[in-house]
Amino acid sequence: MSVFWLTLAVFLIALLGTFAGYRRAFSVVAGDVRKLHSLPKYYGSFVGFTVLIPSLLMLILWLVVPPLEQVSTQFRMFLVLGLAVLLMVLAISRITPDFRARNAVELVVLGLLIAAASLAILTTIGIVLSMLFETRNFFGLYSWKDFFFGLKWAPNFRGDSELSILPLLWGTIYISLIALLVSVPIGLFAAIYLSEYAGPKTRGVAKPLLEILAGIPTIVYGLFALLTVGPLLLRTFGSGGLLGVDWMTGATAVLTAGLVMGIMLIPFVSSLSDDIINAVPQAMRDGSLGLGATKSETIRQVVIPAALPGIIGAILLAASRAIGETMIVVLGAGALAKFSLDPLEAMTTITTRIVSQLTGDGDFASPETLVAFALGLTLFVLTLGLNVIALYIVRTYREQYE
Amino acid sequence: MKDRLMDTIKISAKDVQVYYADNHAIKDVNVEIEDKTVTAFIGPSGCGKSTFLRCLNRMNDTIDICRVEGDILIDGEDIYDRRVDPVQLRAKVGMVFQKPNPFPKSIYDNVAYGPRIHGLARAKSDLDEIVEMSLRKAAIWDEVKDRLDAPGTGLSGGQQQRLCIARAVATAPEVLLMDEPCSALDPIATAQVEELIDELRQNFAVVIVTHSMQQAARVSQKTAFFHLGNLVEYGDTNQIFTKPSDPRTESYITGRIG
Amino acid sequence: MSNTLNNSLLTLDARTKKRNAAETRFRVYGIAAIGAGLAMLILLLLTIFGNGLGAFQQTFVTLNVPLLEEKLDKNSTRNLEKIKKVSTFGYAPLLKQAMEDTLAENGIETDLKSKKQAALLSKSAAAQLRNYVLANPDMIGATVEFTFLANARVDGYLKDRVTRESIADDKNINAAQLDLVDALLAAEVIEQRFNLSFITGADASDQRPEAAGMGVSMLGSFFMMLVVLALALPIGVAASIYLEEFAPKNWITDIIEVNISNLAAVPSIVFGILGLAVFINSMHLPQSAPLVGGLVLTLMTLPTIIISTRASLKSVPPSIRDAALGVGASKMQSVFHHVLPLAAPGILTGTIIGLAQALGETAPLLLIGMIGFIASNAPDSVASGFLDPNSAMPAQIYEWAKRADPAFYERAWGGIIILLVFLITMNTIAVILRRRFERRW
Repeated sequence: MSVFWLTLAVFLIALLGTFAGYRRAFSVVAGDVRKLHSLPKYYGSFVGFTVLIPSLLMLILWLVVPPLEQVSTQFRMFLVLGLAVLLMVLAISRITPDFRARNAVELVVLGLLIAAASLAILTTIGIVLSMLFETRNFFGLYSWKDFFFGLKWAPNFRGDSELSILPLLWGTIYISLIALLVSVPIGLFAAIYLSEYAGPKTRGVAKPLLEILAGIPTIVYGLFALLTVGPLLLRTFGSGGLLGVDWMTGATAVLTAGLVMGIMLIPFVSSLSDDIINAVPQAMRDGSLGLGATKSETIRQVVIPAALPGIIGAILLAASRAIGETMIVVLGAGALAKFSLDPLEAMTTITTRIVSQLTGDGDFASPETLVAFALGLTLFVLTLGLNVIALYIVRTYREQYE
Repeated sequence: MKDRLMDTIKISAKDVQVYYADNHAIKDVNVEIEDKTVTAFIGPSGCGKSTFLRCLNRMNDTIDICRVEGDILIDGEDIYDRRVDPVQLRAKVGMVFQKPNPFPKSIYDNVAYGPRIHGLARAKSDLDEIVEMSLRKAAIWDEVKDRLDAPGTGLSGGQQQRLCIARAVATAPEVLLMDEPCSALDPIATAQVEELIDELRQNFAVVIVTHSMQQAARVSQKTAFFHLGNLVEYGDTNQIFTKPSDPRTESYITGRIG
Repeated sequence: MSNTLNNSLLTLDARTKKRNAAETRFRVYGIAAIGAGLAMLILLLLTIFGNGLGAFQQTFVTLNVPLLEEKLDKNSTRNLEKIKKVSTFGYAPLLKQAMEDTLAENGIETDLKSKKQAALLSKSAAAQLRNYVLANPDMIGATVEFTFLANARVDGYLKDRVTRESIADDKNINAAQLDLVDALLAAEVIEQRFNLSFITGADASDQRPEAAGMGVSMLGSFFMMLVVLALALPIGVAASIYLEEFAPKNWITDIIEVNISNLAAVPSIVFGILGLAVFINSMHLPQSAPLVGGLVLTLMTLPTIIISTRASLKSVPPSIRDAALGVGASKMQSVFHHVLPLAAPGILTGTIIGLAQALGETAPLLLIGMIGFIASNAPDSVASGFLDPNSAMPAQIYEWAKRADPAFYERAWGGIIILLVFLITMNTIAVILRRRFERRW
């Protein structure tokens, strides 16, 4: 019996048990449900849950920890189904008028709710463990010193690779910096205008329109970088281009990816800053306006300084977004790992290398593939750090005005 | 009586109407406010006294749906004239708010804010002087002179409100509007601020909105009673509190409405 | 009273003028920023639609093909097994013949060899012919009218992507062939039509961009979304109910909460690594399967759904809970009978937005093998829909963007239009739901 059918069978037994429990509840009080502690349906659900949860747990346990090889799936079927039937009989026999079925069922439901909430923790643990495990394997094959402090990224699937994160980190930071240079001023000024100057009508139109930019999938931005912005820059800065200079040789470049990522982050920065600026109490603005300050003086000298911690938090969140962004850089940034200050050169980032190392046909035990996990872990720690700091700053900022 | 002769009309309002969208909030208000005098606006909540106060330095401009009709003249000039810039007006007519609202800056910078934006000081020493003078006028100098760099938000409520008064005084206004300046303060801080208001009368025309009739009686020379958007009665404080001419005023003062 | 401020209010002093100019400048910056943002949006949309709408139009060639018996079924047995032995190569002469016949019929003269003439057709034409014959063996011997896809170069020529200048180094097409295209166009043998198979069809190999479609990857996305919906909605709602209604205020709850808000900001590619390591390498689930994609996207979407569900649970006023508890309901009953139904519209809205986000996500799919795979067959059952290798819409778009032939770029932009139609629909439904059921307490 396959897992699918076995699961289905367990569900069927549970359903049967539910129905039997429901009938049993009626019969123990001879149809007078007022004598029962709980509503009959709770007795039904009690039997159902009693069957379902341990049987399924047993099945999962079997799948995760495979027992000795000799044991056949036949045995598994008998074990699981036997358990289910046994539990059903036991549960039904427990039904008496005084049995507190509702409390029992509610306890089970509460357990399920807790299990669901713990999944978030489990995911994080899964992320950390899966990467930690492979990263350890990687550092068994490749020196961690060379990984963190080497200067060259030159993977070679025949061996003898140089796999240092530093050039990738530089590309990541450079591109993120350009993205922030584009998105922070535009996003911030847009937020200021929308929250301090715009009337409700302008706000009602411009804000959702800007937020469309946030809803567009990153693959679209990637394509936009590769096929539109890149060629546009190439026609401007490339040989035979508009400026008559020869500064750019390919469409993929730091500037291409940075610009497009900046566009993507505009609504992110503006909606976060908008929230933060709105949290500054009106009394603060009144105080300044009452002294005869103009609106812009009030904003620059009172509102912005008051909102500064929140805005810094927002920028950090945007930076974390930029560092972890994948599709735009995969399509727009190029594949060359190097230390360069020229924004018109192709460069590569941590995320693009994770993709390229894991999508090749490489051997899963080779350092060239395993390095992706070390890169992933570094990326995770980096973004997690930024997020924790940013969320903390934003939260303390909000509490200050609450 | 000798003071009386020195008084001149500082602000005069004629047939002022204020609307919030369709709501007629202030109706036909006529009032003449004298210089070097404390004038109190009293009345039950929602009677329009704060709204009218905010008209005097056009703080209502910041509310989109608010519309003001009629004339308000300061020194004979219509402040709602199209040529008037509210920024210049507000430098001349300072305001202190209900809740102390110091900026999240140092004490010094709080007071220096107004003079800086209006360009009142040519040199750092000028600014220092203005700050000290304003803090002295606001009777808080002795308490903060050693910690001018400390954040203004770290002061106690009463100190914060006096700091806000100092901040308003620093732009050298001619009129000082105070919107229930003591409502967020404890009795001791209230007493300090009231004492201060009395001293401020030397230099400014002070208009104070207050909830408390006792406070109006204590600090003001003139009192205006507002009710449902109307200016019911305006006159010497003594007269208003001892023999009001309008029955509504009497009801309010004796605690039957409000 | 030397103070300049004590001048008349009716005249502006120089400083005020300067300050007002600064005010205007500042306001202009704000307008410029919004303008820049909106300009980017317009540029992006123009690019998408300008480049992508072409994918919905395709060039077709209509030919009368003689299904010659001596080529397809020498012994006239009509035995399907025998007919199957004729590969697509065997059908090529028929296409050449049909092309020559058509030219003669329309009085078009050309110096091109028949092979070059037939090269105007898509490389899929022979297969299309063969499939028809295998389905209708009775038609052998007759002459049947077929509508074939034109080669991508011909299609590009009609869409101005391919010009006479641009084909100088192109081995696939030459100027004489373009002349022939012009002539056939005049004779209405070649024409452009709405291209339904772009929406419903499968991906094609990189030799045949004209035949590539989104249909199969759409199914892949559909099955992934089913997984996400079936897992993320119940788990997300359960987790939110616990955190919002039952969780005690202690450090464990704090950790879970901080964890969720941080997970929402973890780069999506990290979830891809998790999926690769846990679902594929440890649990040995099949690569490229929508089930795995769905699991990864579920983990990614959960925090979003939890955050929005908690917000809608929070918006149900405590008085409702008190009312239920007051008539003797248990805490659990008050939540499931009263709070949850009242929060349902908000939860649904949040779920749809979360799904839309998952639908457009690409990076994690790269790592679990949904890229580089040619989704040429639609799944034939529900189980294979979940378990057989497939692509997904954004993955398909990425795949096309990486291929060398620019004809695929048009497909990629066209695919984006389809993807955006889905996203816009989902978001519109969410907005309508919110408007319709929004409750002000």
